[in-house]
Amino acid sequence: MSIIPDKPPFKLLDILYKKEFILFVVLVSILIINSNISPYFLDLYNLIDSTFLFSEKAIIALTMTFVIIARQIDLSVASIIAVSSVVLGYTTSLGYDTWLVLLLTLLSGALCGAFNGAIITKFAIPSIIVTIGTMSLFRGLAYSFLEDSYYNKFPKLVGKLGGGYLYGYIPYAFLTFILLAFVFAFILHKTSVGKKIYSIGNNPDAAQYTGIAVDKYTFVLFTLNGLFSAIAAIFLSGRLSSVRPNIAFGWELEIITMVVLGGVYIYGGSGSILGVVISIFILGMLSFGLGLLNVPGVGIIIFTGLLLILSIGFPSFVRTLRRKNE
Amino acid sequence: MKKLFLVIISSILFAFSANAADMRIALVVKGLGIGFFEAAAEGGEEAAKEIGGVEVIYTGPATTTAEAQIEVINSLIAQKVDAIAISANDRDALASIGKKAMDRGITVISWDSGIAEEGRIMNLDPSNTALIGSSNIKWMKNSMGDEGEFAILSATSQATNQNAWIEEMKKEHAKPEYSKMKWVDTVYGDDLFDKSYQEALGLFKKHPNLKGIIAPTSVGIVAAAKAVEDQGLVGKVFVTGLGLPSEMKAHVKSGAAIQFGIWNPIDLGYSAVYLSHQIASGAYTGQEGECIPTGRMGEICIGAGNNAAMADPFIFDASNIDKFAEIF
Amino acid sequence: MKKILLNRDFILFSIILIILIAVGFANPLFVTPKSISDVLTDTSILIILALSQMIVILIRAIDLSVASNLALSGMLISLLSTVHPELPVYYFIALSCVIGTILGVLNGISIAILKVPFIVTTLGTLSIYRGLIYFVSDGKQVYSNEFSEDFLALIHVKFLSLSFLFWLAVLVFIVIYILLNHTRFGRNLYSLGGNPDAAKYIGINENKYIIMAYSLSGFFAGLCGYLWVARYSVASTQIAIGFELTVISACVVGGISVMGGVGTVLGCVLGALLIGLIRNALPAVDISQFWQLAISGAIILLAIIINTKTEQRKEKTIMVEN
Repeated sequence: MSIIPDKPPFKLLDILYKKEFILFVVLVSILIINSNISPYFLDLYNLIDSTFLFSEKAIIALTMTFVIIARQIDLSVASIIAVSSVVLGYTTSLGYDTWLVLLLTLLSGALCGAFNGAIITKFAIPSIIVTIGTMSLFRGLAYSFLEDSYYNKFPKLVGKLGGGYLYGYIPYAFLTFILLAFVFAFILHKTSVGKKIYSIGNNPDAAQYTGIAVDKYTFVLFTLNGLFSAIAAIFLSGRLSSVRPNIAFGWELEIITMVVLGGVYIYGGSGSILGVVISIFILGMLSFGLGLLNVPGVGIIIFTGLLLILSIGFPSFVRTLRRKNE
Repeated sequence: MKKLFLVIISSILFAFSANAADMRIALVVKGLGIGFFEAAAEGGEEAAKEIGGVEVIYTGPATTTAEAQIEVINSLIAQKVDAIAISANDRDALASIGKKAMDRGITVISWDSGIAEEGRIMNLDPSNTALIGSSNIKWMKNSMGDEGEFAILSATSQATNQNAWIEEMKKEHAKPEYSKMKWVDTVYGDDLFDKSYQEALGLFKKHPNLKGIIAPTSVGIVAAAKAVEDQGLVGKVFVTGLGLPSEMKAHVKSGAAIQFGIWNPIDLGYSAVYLSHQIASGAYTGQEGECIPTGRMGEICIGAGNNAAMADPFIFDASNIDKFAEIF
Repeated sequence: MKKILLNRDFILFSIILIILIAVGFANPLFVTPKSISDVLTDTSILIILALSQMIVILIRAIDLSVASNLALSGMLISLLSTVHPELPVYYFIALSCVIGTILGVLNGISIAILKVPFIVTTLGTLSIYRGLIYFVSDGKQVYSNEFSEDFLALIHVKFLSLSFLFWLAVLVFIVIYILLNHTRFGRNLYSLGGNPDAAKYIGINENKYIIMAYSLSGFFAGLCGYLWVARYSVASTQIAIGFELTVISACVVGGISVMGGVGTVLGCVLGALLIGLIRNALPAVDISQFWQLAISGAIILLAIIINTKTEQRKEKTIMVEN
């Protein structure tokens, strides 16, 4: 089931100390526990269907990984989903052509992201503050536009993307996520763009001195994050076949959890796409397994929180202990 | 450490595993912890016991959103339950998952708050929609008199059933006998107690001459009544709508509410589970024109669009509140 | 004179006054003493939480778990009150504060001892505390009719026609004002946030201060747990959900810098008041419920930009003078 999009060359012993390896062990343990606990877990249909629950979030988690590695954060993604979904519903209701509808939807997301990026770079305000503000602003715009109405008609293609399967087995949303994961792993780990993003995250001032246009990168990353929120919005609206202003409420924290659990350092400069992909599967399989036991979402978040703290706290605690013993 | 972690997790998980039964019927509600639905679950259990060999899985999301509800239903489909009876947070968003469940051979019905036709076999309304709408306006008139301003405090702005009732209220309100009653506002408390309370306070501020609030939701009506009392507006603003006697008792005594109504949630949960069983067992199809025997509730007959209605709303006031507060 | 005009607190105060006057013109009923006192009551919990959040933000951290902490403490005492309604209300308040403090200390330990970054820790405990409510309450709510009268009565006590909540907020303001401006603890917090390396050099134990800041944040979250539950007379898994972001917005609007070491107690209160005022004023001037979120978002964003601009201008002046 697990898919490993990125295989850097490694020595056998080194891998034991890698965050990704630890995450992988956690994932396997969860799979084993789940299949022992519920007879319904190891069922092809069920496993395929369970990807619907995280694919949309996972798509945004990819660009969010870039944003966090570059020492920024974006709390407004879920609100951008709301804006883009409204644009999707509205342009459909105007009778526009499917491709134009999709184009305008993507454009709306990118614009929201660019707005974030512009304020952050132009006024030099920390992104956490700016996106707390735009989080209310964007969702507020969706509310004020929709009021008590809603959209339930979308182009056929959108419905198919959101809820359909390729060859009857592979959900389009999941497929998109996997393909994008490969692309992003390549950009981050194999290109000079990726190297620059790491160095911005490690030390923005030093990066500026070495001639990297830090502001330009920041602006593009936030625009990209907005664009990907719009992509997620297309899948989500298609799956729900309904757009309401409270769509995707609270997703920003779930997406950041995916990224941070995946070993991306919250102060920037380190992390890998592989780690994030494994962490997405961990969280997805954890909530699917608990869901099979009818534990509701609010109960499941305990385990998410514990995993988050332990995955980072435990290794650093061991390191401190070892240092003291020496 | 890792081992310990596994042990902890698995021991917690085992606490939730259920035992097997001949037929498993899931009763999915809009949100956990709401008194109305807890009472409905009681009724569901009662039906299960009466029929025998039926296990009721009472579940729902913590937030009253469609996405969270879809996750819950997804895991029920994965568990291959025999029937799912849903009170929907969004009639369209739940339709595609309902359809998927039916594709996998599961009986899907909606109750209390319906799903769009293609996503369920039948829908059980608690009561005739038009009757609920007109009753609310009548109760308002009986509470505040036939003159003055009133407002609506609803659940979420997208709630299927509440919006349908509000439409019917508009029709009733257009009649000449209500010409002096002015409908000044409609606000939404999202079925969250603190948000509803806040919205009620906002109404007082915005409309200083407000005389009445109709809250067609069991969460909103209590929050509105509490806000009236806290602001010292008893006797000036009257609250009515749909609420549980047990939760409204204190507010009827205080005078914040004179008259309100609801149907019996225990009966509703009972009927939903009973109907699910009758259809899932193949005894009935749940199509238009059928009359399905539902245990102690008698027969429930299915009308156009495979809709059925359970019973008329019951009216509560100072004379009978004590008696019914004991029941639900 | 110019110094006063560029003073952040003064600008914020003027904005509040302007909004108040503008709303007063549109709806004179909004500026009656009764209505103003309602706004103050409504904003009190936000003020208390913003002040305690400020302590954490001063040392370059954030506590995202306050709303979950509040809801968990509130649920635990509510459950106890359904079993033991005879206990005096002060007992519940004290217990709520103790629970809150413990939850806060746990945050502090994770950050200071386990070295888990504060965003990760409090993002984690935001989920853990919220999820625990579900397990302790079995997903049920504690409703208004299940509380004892004493439990709810205290919140409605009035003094000089202002509510208990408001006076409590005033008390917290005074305590935190003294704590931050007139004690060594306060001065050390500012210097830790302003320049951690220098502070460590002169012997300030950073870990101790992190744990203390988070336990204070937890203490007040616990206090607000009682206040929230008593005010709305409900405890559930859903109460105050997302409120942490409102609290942080209040701090940020009040000019508390997330870069640490900068911000005044007065500014923080003004920030909370501005947000509370907007929340109450928009319905009063007949702006539809659907527009309120967008407008308050826009105002928050604007306040942040104005804040940063004045800050940057000040920096520039300093540089020129040097």
